[in-house]
Amino acid sequence: MDKRADGRKADEMREIEAKVGVIKRADGSALFKIGDTIAIAAVYGPRELHPRYLQNPETGILRCNYDMASFSVTERKKPGPNRRGVEISLVTEKALLPAVDLSQFPNAVVDVFVEIVQANAGTRCAGITAASLALAHAGIPMKDMVAAVSAGKINGKIYVDLSKDEEDVEDATDIPVACTARTKKITLLQLDGNITKKELIEALILAKSSCEKINKIQEKALLEFYRQNE
Amino acid sequence: MNNEYIISLIKENKRIGERKLDEYRDIEITYDVSKNAEGSARCKIGDTEVIAGVKMDIGTPYPDSKDEGVIIVTAELSPIASPLFELGPPGSWATELARVIDRGIRESKAIDFKKLCIKEGEKVWMIFLDIYPINDSGNLIDASVLAALAALKSAKMPKLEDDKVVYGELTNEKLKLNKMPVTITFGKINDKIIVDPDLKEEEVLDARLSISIHDGDIHAMQKGGNEGMTIEDIEEMIDIAVKKEKELKGALK
Repeated sequence: MDKRADGRKADEMREIEAKVGVIKRADGSALFKIGDTIAIAAVYGPRELHPRYLQNPETGILRCNYDMASFSVTERKKPGPNRRGVEISLVTEKALLPAVDLSQFPNAVVDVFVEIVQANAGTRCAGITAASLALAHAGIPMKDMVAAVSAGKINGKIYVDLSKDEEDVEDATDIPVACTARTKKITLLQLDGNITKKELIEALILAKSSCEKINKIQEKALLEFYRQNE
Repeated sequence: MNNEYIISLIKENKRIGERKLDEYRDIEITYDVSKNAEGSARCKIGDTEVIAGVKMDIGTPYPDSKDEGVIIVTAELSPIASPLFELGPPGSWATELARVIDRGIRESKAIDFKKLCIKEGEKVWMIFLDIYPINDSGNLIDASVLAALAALKSAKMPKLEDDKVVYGELTNEKLKLNKMPVTITFGKINDKIIVDPDLKEEEVLDARLSISIHDGDIHAMQKGGNEGMTIEDIEEMIDIAVKKEKELKGALK
């Protein structure tokens, strides 16, 4: 198998670190690091939803916000929300929604905040993986766990977990994917580039099996936390 | 833990966590927490955690200081750090926090802005210092100032080509700091003065005073809280601040 620029195999992710309980004030929190990308997530709630017209008497709602620190990228990002962040916040919410059960919390909201502290590609996937961990850590009723990773095509070859250098290769195709651990459904799928059906299926299979590996790491991080706090 | 309990403890010169009135929580500074930043650092004071990052670019100087570089400080009070923070444009507390940090650095002339001039009236270095609280367990001001100083101290100048920044490439030249003006924040509760108020103590403070100090010289002050304070109070706080300066500087090493 061809080696990649950083020496990884095609199906090899960058080094991963996962930890829960990193923000004391939050009801749940987590850190997820993959290579040089670092995401932290905090969960607040369930709490009363304001403004009230957004409340749903049938169920609680999930609200996600994704943000990159201004200094997380090489060219400074203006602090605060932008269009990209708004879109990623939305797809993050959709990626996590199938895993949570907020039916016990009518009129309430569960807020998820993701901050990218250091960016080297795959930030939305790292954010989703951290957010799922933070939701579990917060004790929100969950039907499933969500893990996410990008797959992609560079010069006709399919790889998992593209780095920034790989993403920047001309004509690279980037495919962020999130999967549920138990029901094995895809809950996030985006694509930029140009790819055949055959290549796409290959990429999705690779992303899915990689998400399973990430889920094992999520489980370990949660177990570790509860073991330490027994 | 209710407010009256905290107030009654302080009356007896005691605090939650068995701290003395003039005692900081544990301070921990970690350098280089974000690789793409020109400089970055994390400061923890007890459970309070702040990350600061420095980015640099080329810009035009202000018309009233044509031969000086520029610093712009922002504080993002992201709701990640507290159930009380909300999304949206910076509110009054974020603005106050950023301006207090800005003044401490600017007024002490911690940075030699003249050295950041590339071509008078046309091109100067702009320093963007951005503060991100991660967990607010009280006294964000002091933690933010320490994180900011550490990030500035460790910042490396970006590479220039034809007077343009090459993003992602840093030189080995450090951004030089002449001074390290740390900030010490006090709370007044009845007639007692405490340093480094935590979250619970902030809720019961009558007044707050932040003092930015370097080598015993005061460079900036900011009073907060709903009640007034006496000159005697302020004198006492300055005396404590002079002693605490060394302790905070030690954490920056």
